[in-house]
Amino acid sequence: MNVVRRPGIPKPVIALGLIGVAFFVVPFIGLIWRAPLGSIPDLVGDEAVRTALGLSLVTSVTTTLLAIVLGVPIAWLLARSTLPGRRFVRVLCTLSMVLPPVVAGVALFLALGRRGVIGEPLENTFGISLPFTTAAVVVAQLFVAMPFLVLTVDAALRALDPGAEEAARTLGGSEWYVFRRVTVPSIRPALISGIVLTWARALGEFGATITFAGSLPGSTRTVPLATYLALENDPDQAILLSLVLVAVSFAVLFGLRERWVGAAFGARP
Amino acid sequence: MHRSRESVVARIASLIGVSIALGACGSGDDRVVVFAASSLTDVFERLETEFEAANPDVDIVVNAAGSSSLVAQLTDGAPADILVTADPDTMERAIASTSIAGEPAVLARNGLVIAVERGNPLAIDSLDDLSDAVVVLAAPEVPAGAYAREVLACAGVDVEPASLEQSVRSVAAKVALGEADAGLVYRTDISADLDAVEVPAACQISAEYPIVLVGDDPVARRFLSFVTGSDGARALADAGFELP
Repeated sequence: MNVVRRPGIPKPVIALGLIGVAFFVVPFIGLIWRAPLGSIPDLVGDEAVRTALGLSLVTSVTTTLLAIVLGVPIAWLLARSTLPGRRFVRVLCTLSMVLPPVVAGVALFLALGRRGVIGEPLENTFGISLPFTTAAVVVAQLFVAMPFLVLTVDAALRALDPGAEEAARTLGGSEWYVFRRVTVPSIRPALISGIVLTWARALGEFGATITFAGSLPGSTRTVPLATYLALENDPDQAILLSLVLVAVSFAVLFGLRERWVGAAFGARP
Repeated sequence: MHRSRESVVARIASLIGVSIALGACGSGDDRVVVFAASSLTDVFERLETEFEAANPDVDIVVNAAGSSSLVAQLTDGAPADILVTADPDTMERAIASTSIAGEPAVLARNGLVIAVERGNPLAIDSLDDLSDAVVVLAAPEVPAGAYAREVLACAGVDVEPASLEQSVRSVAAKVALGEADAGLVYRTDISADLDAVEVPAACQISAEYPIVLVGDDPVARRFLSFVTGSDGARALADAGFELP
């Protein structure tokens, strides 16, 4: 207990905190405990698993890149512009984070599907049909994951002391130069944290993908979808796939947070 | 060693799930717990209402889920009086791994049809028309997908599905939403938004729904007779099932 106990932390807080930690830890212990670890080599050799894993990596990275290209400008506008409806956009961002992803999938259908408000003219004019394609997987992931980047960067920009930027501008720096050389470096921890969260959320995306993109090996069946299907007739494979997802996400989150974000969050930014 | 670990975890998980489901209906009445394949949900809800109206002292509780999950719950000690699965394989698995006393009987049969949008705007009239349409099927890992594969192979039709869905219900949903032109679903999955196109009789499959009495509770036996009798037959036929 002495290790845990620090002056000023009441005992009930320690007890409740430890119960809380257990609540997060126990499911992962269950997963590892129950995992048929001996069959990991078979899993890695399994063509279907490798296909799903490859697709998951490609789509989640693409999503993250798109989220940076589109999400940072959104955050910039939210934090700095006087654009009307900014609060509305913020709420929408939060909404697509907390909505059941299946609902997001249905919404995407109604907008971008073959009968969708945009999807129908898109197909009639250009012959582009989004559902059941890998692009649809990225769209689904982007819709649910980009808000993590937008809201993190938006918060960081708003918390940023404008003094340094003003000084740079006074010294004759263009808006773009100031953004690149002053703003981005100052919000770097939040930016990286947002990017990592976005990637992790995209990697784990399930509901919007299975609804909007369907499930076909090699084109739309990502690891979470393959996991869910494996539960149907091969629970051992489902558990191993879950473990792979957990391991990959944990490694990246742990590595990046420690390296880039942890220190900055510990000290006052 | 490994076996026992996995069964402990699975048992805890499924018992928690089932006790939540069953806890909702607490009363001192005679209770009959029915584990029914999810495609039978509506039929059993109707039969429950009818039977309870005639027998106010009996409480019928229906736990509807995919057949595999039902059998897993049963194996892990969840209490059930009657089990109905959507295919003979899962029933055999249940009988092999539990102490089911009764002999299973076929309650109903289901067939596959081509689901198309209401009014069939693309004039899909046969399995052959599927080869150049946007088709979704159930994944071969679930019974409906295995049956679909059987039907297509029998008819010699080559289909490149746009998606292999997790459940037959989501196949129907994708067609109803207009995202897919057609899909192979059970006859009982045809909703108001869909029309059914028959598959050739020579290639039709017969999906059997076996029913069995798990213990020897006399009230459960009465409900079983009710379900397999004329009242059950009427409800099943109304829902689109074929009778054995």
